[in-house]
Amino acid sequence: MEFFLGHYAYWFIIVLLCIGLYTIMFKRNLVKKLIGLSIFQSSIILFWVSSASKWNATVPIYDSAYSIENTANYINPLPHTLMLTAIVVGVATLGVAFALFVLVYKRFKILNEDVIIQEMKSESE
Amino acid sequence: MNRIDESPIVLIVCRVLSPFIMLFGLYIIAHGHYSPGGGFQGGAMLAAGLLIIRLALGTTLSELHFRRAWGLPAGVMGVLIFFAIGLVTMFMGGEFLNYEYFIIPGITGAMLRSMTILLVEVGVGLAVMGIIVSIYDDLMDGKGN
Amino acid sequence: MKYLRFLLLISFGVLLVYGSLGLPDRGDGEAVFNRELSPAGTVNAASYHIQNAYKDAATPNMVTVILADYRSFDTLGEVIVIFTAGIICYLLLRKRKVKHE
Repeated sequence: MEFFLGHYAYWFIIVLLCIGLYTIMFKRNLVKKLIGLSIFQSSIILFWVSSASKWNATVPIYDSAYSIENTANYINPLPHTLMLTAIVVGVATLGVAFALFVLVYKRFKILNEDVIIQEMKSESE
Repeated sequence: MNRIDESPIVLIVCRVLSPFIMLFGLYIIAHGHYSPGGGFQGGAMLAAGLLIIRLALGTTLSELHFRRAWGLPAGVMGVLIFFAIGLVTMFMGGEFLNYEYFIIPGITGAMLRSMTILLVEVGVGLAVMGIIVSIYDDLMDGKGN
Repeated sequence: MKYLRFLLLISFGVLLVYGSLGLPDRGDGEAVFNRELSPAGTVNAASYHIQNAYKDAATPNMVTVILADYRSFDTLGEVIVIFTAGIICYLLLRKRKVKHE
């Protein structure tokens, strides 16, 4: 029972990761694949942030009612810092991907990966 | 998506909400010392306050609010503020980005580090805001009413 | 072919669940990254940041102090990443003037 209470959050996050991976692998439209990539990134960020918690601890902002000599009063602030960077990297990746989609659409007139691969094969012959 | 929206509710609500969203974004940057917040979050809120006008009114009318040509220079100014702080500390004798060697007239010690953190957060917020608005304007490419 | 990809997805999920059985409990105060001292005997990174953030920078918010003071070089790299993304979008999507000879 203790084991289940300690680990159920990780299993939910793995389900979210598999939903994102399914969208990347099995959908044929390029924009839907990008949505799957965004779901994947969100699940990774959620995993890191949820592993930084402690029982009976408060947010990492100094409060004079809880002493900082006892570090069990505050949750671990390092994963939150690293995930701020990861969120901004995700936004930058999405922006560049949309710019590439605009150029692909201007060239091929459709955003379906089967048709695009077919056109690329037939014009290289 | 490209035309000015015909529904009066959307027009009025977006025009009323935009200054309040930007004020709240500035509040989040400035209160990064005392509550959750800081540069990245405040910069994203400021960009949201600008983008809501572009989505509701179309690209021609929102040129009066924030021009297309101001997006990328705002991003460059944010990066330059961050670099300038690092170079000033290097010229004053310390390492790159060691805040003990920064100059603000009349403040030393831990308060100097606190004020320099605020300057760095303002630079980061400006950079994030400018780049997000610039990416949207490049995707729209001047089309749209 | 489609069933092979499905099998790959299911086996990836099962492998991840098997790997998560070895993780410490969520919220455990005695996990290795939550203690006071690291296994090598030096001070732990998280507990050093918690104990010294308010003394060094006079700022209650520990995450801002870590992001902009102890690890400001990483934040500089981050701003360079998002600036590069903006420059890439500008270079890909501007209109070129075509010269007619």
